[in-house]
Amino acid sequence: MKAIVRVALKKTVLDPQGRTISAALNSQGYAAVRDVRQGKYFEIDLADGLDRAAAGAQVHKIASDVLANPVIEEFAVEIRD
Amino acid sequence: MIAEVSESAALEHGLTREEYARVSERLGRAPTLTELGIVSVMWSEHCSYKSSRRHLKKLPTRGERILVGPGENAGIVDIGGGWAAAFKIESHNHPSYIEPFQGAATGVGGILRDIFTMGARPVAVMDALRFGPLDAPRTGMRNRHILKGVVGGIAHYGNCFGVPTVGGECVFADSYSGNPLVNAFALGVFAKDSIFLGSAKGVGNPVIYVGAKTGRDGIQGASMASAEFDENSAAKRPNVQVGDPFLEKLLLEACLEAMATGAVLGIQDMGAAGLTCSTAEMGGRGGVGIEIDLKHVPQREKGMTPYEIMLSESQERMLLVAERGREREVFAAFEKWGLDAVEIGAVTDDGNLTVKNHGEVVALLENSLLTDDAPLYDRPYTTPLRAAPLDGPQVSAPAGGELRAALTKLLASPDLCSKRWIWEQYDYQVRTNTTAGPGGDAAVIRLKEAGISLAMSLDGNARYCSLDPRLGTKLLVAECCRNLAVVGAKPIGATNNLNFGNPEKPEIMAQIVESIEGMAEACAHFETPITGGNVSLYNETLGESIDPTPVMGVVGIVERVDPPPGAWFLKAGRKLILLGGLLPGGDDRVERRFGSGEYAKTVLGRTWGLPPALDLDYESAVQAAVREIVRAGLVESAHDLSAGGLAVALAECCFGPGKVGARLAVETGRPAHVALFHEAPSRVLAAAPADAAAAVLGIAQRHGIEAPVVGETIADELVVEINGSEAFRAPVAELYAAWDTALERMLEAS
Amino acid sequence: MKFGVVIFPGSNCDHDAVYALSRNLSQEVVEIWHRSEDLCGVDVVFLPGGFSYGDYLRCGAIARFSPVMRSVKRFAASGRPVMGVCNGFQILLEAGLLPGALMRNRNLRFICKTVRLSVATIDSPFTNRCRPGSVLAAPIAHGEGCYFAGGDLLDRLESEDRVAFRYAGENPNGSARSIAGILNEGRNVLGMMPHPERACDPAMGSTDGLTVFQSLVAAAVPVL
Repeated sequence: MKAIVRVALKKTVLDPQGRTISAALNSQGYAAVRDVRQGKYFEIDLADGLDRAAAGAQVHKIASDVLANPVIEEFAVEIRD
Repeated sequence: MIAEVSESAALEHGLTREEYARVSERLGRAPTLTELGIVSVMWSEHCSYKSSRRHLKKLPTRGERILVGPGENAGIVDIGGGWAAAFKIESHNHPSYIEPFQGAATGVGGILRDIFTMGARPVAVMDALRFGPLDAPRTGMRNRHILKGVVGGIAHYGNCFGVPTVGGECVFADSYSGNPLVNAFALGVFAKDSIFLGSAKGVGNPVIYVGAKTGRDGIQGASMASAEFDENSAAKRPNVQVGDPFLEKLLLEACLEAMATGAVLGIQDMGAAGLTCSTAEMGGRGGVGIEIDLKHVPQREKGMTPYEIMLSESQERMLLVAERGREREVFAAFEKWGLDAVEIGAVTDDGNLTVKNHGEVVALLENSLLTDDAPLYDRPYTTPLRAAPLDGPQVSAPAGGELRAALTKLLASPDLCSKRWIWEQYDYQVRTNTTAGPGGDAAVIRLKEAGISLAMSLDGNARYCSLDPRLGTKLLVAECCRNLAVVGAKPIGATNNLNFGNPEKPEIMAQIVESIEGMAEACAHFETPITGGNVSLYNETLGESIDPTPVMGVVGIVERVDPPPGAWFLKAGRKLILLGGLLPGGDDRVERRFGSGEYAKTVLGRTWGLPPALDLDYESAVQAAVREIVRAGLVESAHDLSAGGLAVALAECCFGPGKVGARLAVETGRPAHVALFHEAPSRVLAAAPADAAAAVLGIAQRHGIEAPVVGETIADELVVEINGSEAFRAPVAELYAAWDTALERMLEAS
Repeated sequence: MKFGVVIFPGSNCDHDAVYALSRNLSQEVVEIWHRSEDLCGVDVVFLPGGFSYGDYLRCGAIARFSPVMRSVKRFAASGRPVMGVCNGFQILLEAGLLPGALMRNRNLRFICKTVRLSVATIDSPFTNRCRPGSVLAAPIAHGEGCYFAGGDLLDRLESEDRVAFRYAGENPNGSARSIAGILNEGRNVLGMMPHPERACDPAMGSTDGLTVFQSLVAAAVPVL
């Protein structure tokens, strides 16, 4: 079983990296780019045979306690078999 | 005009009933929500200095070198040859507790903007840091996390911006567990005829917004910095600002280019309370009004209300007033660097701050209500809070082995150990001016353009100030100036950061008053006027105040660009001279004063009594002698004696690249631990070649100071003899290892 | 000899390079704005350290798209010397002018200190004035200076004598085979993490960096 966690700055928090990349893309001629937000991606390998809901809860706790900084970041968890 | 608010909303904004009544009376009506927001931040302790202003007036602020004193974004001193230096210190304590990395980073960003908004290019940064103990059972892990975040944030911002972080200090105590201190100092240099002030002028001139877009960052941050922490602080988290040092670097270059056009008349950074503070203060200082329409303000998020736009603390923004007709020159500079620059309003003649949103007036307030007529309190004060007893335990004289163990323990203690783990993360060399970097007594940077160097020292001492805020503050001013003397510098000006608890408690207010009065006396004595600074009050968590922690930054001039002598020994066979003597001034009640030292705190596990005695005139004589000796090039090394006393200073002198040792031989009627570890001020340990020793002693004698020869440098070993018999000896390598790696070991405990 | 120091948004060692080259080395220096494709007839292109574009995305990843880089590539292809220090090295890697990549320092922290640097080859226009095997004192100041390359590439760099500098003694950032600086195949492009321009003035404690620039001056004078 695998868990995917995506972490990004909250929408209300300034994302200097995303902003800079977006501006660079615009100046490269990619006029359609309106905004970029940059984040982190984690693949967590979990033991087989875990209860899906329990695994989700556990990864959720891992994400909020360790992977993300809840002061400025938000995250999404996805469980894959 | 849109809907007005009620008293209960005012109380939620941190205003008192009396303050709300005062606003309503001045307006002749209830304020709007936007007005309430504006008034509450401008009347917060952070912006208004309402509890401290009355006492800050006691500080000396004038001097022949002072070009701009307190009240502007930074103070400015004349450094000669047509050059000037702008410098200031500011705290970012509360944000650094909530989000250590970004809190510290934006603290550095804020102080850098304060410097370049005056027209100066920042050339040095230093930081005074306070954390809770790293090994505390309950809070240690959190304290380690805060330290790592704060250091990472300072490094991130300063390194990317390209300003060297050249020094600072870092001290630990229980009272900072729930309330760390992050005080950032910055210094910039420029031609003295190109100073810019935060003042609006010329009715009809455009008011221009430059830099980052406005988002919902840190709304109510200035109010937050003026309220104690409670268990609900976590709920305030979304308000944290994120810093963008890259954008700030662009803003620096663009601002300096715009200023060079001559079209900029006044400029101010948007720091705490953002657009509110910059518009009100620029109008107030210029004796004019400012009218803006928020529809022009570049916004990062959709649907922001006027209240949010006015109170946003988004970073890396500036407000400037340009000459009408020359806006294009200003815009061109910002366009080159890819930054927003937008006209958002104009200077008016009515003395009001007028805020419109798409033409509709949402706030109309007299500048004076927000600035000069903000509340001013004469808070009652009693005697300073004192947590430790006046008398301590009977300390029996330790034996030789115990002395060696005590020295090792002190060298490996959090306060005294090497802070290399911290400062190696700072680019302290960028700009290739750092001739004395972190780890020494004072930092020194050369000014290639001016042919001189500036020395700077940052210091605080809450151990002393919690026992006697008045004497403690005098001692730390003296130490800053002594730090400058050992690199041959003469102090010319100072900035202060007053970190205290809740001023509404009379025994805390007494700490503030006594500390300011002590600072006033010492600064006047050393002829170092205060050019500005910062007051950070309400540093309490759950009703528990931090130790009183005034921090001083003192700047001095060295009339040369070569590196000064270092603190450490270069060669064996040099004479050790203790300038100032073993116990200057025949220190009275030494047993009591010994209780304020690092030995008492670390080795005995408790503090008591009073700070060391200080004779200001003797201190000045020592500094003058040291300065003369150093400038004459008579000594190979010079090191100020401070925390841990003679023994710790001696060991530190052995920790240079060569790991040269020393044989210390002292004659004393005091117990060994007092002779070795008492922290009497007014002392500097110097090493001189034998043929220069006579000249050193001659200068000391001329200045009327004691200067016993207390031994010599030797290879590889530290040997201590008291009254002719050996007390202990230790290999330098062993002491060095304990000192050098202690912080890393403490931080890597998980 | 005329040096061109390229300034990207976020460069912050540009002033230091200009000072070292003009005042300590006494050569002509021009500043080249990153949006310009005109290299002003320089003899050497120098990409300075700093945080171009804030080091966002990856160090040097956005700077490589600056218009000036088109000219720098042509300049390098013509065999003339290009030198990138710190962030300049990162840009040269991202631009494909040098092989390999730089990763975060092994200890995951920014490191500022003076290190010992051994000269691994004197067969280049950047090191011809060094004594073989000599050790220079030069400052480092970076968070991402851990040189990484596959084993084959590392073998090739070594067999072709393209490692210019190695850390002597302590390897501060975990670089593969202690590599601190490398050359391209044509030996006219150098990338290095340490800052020779910070070690050109007696007041800064070391003038060892001057040797690197003196090598460039020497290389420009045809040997009779």
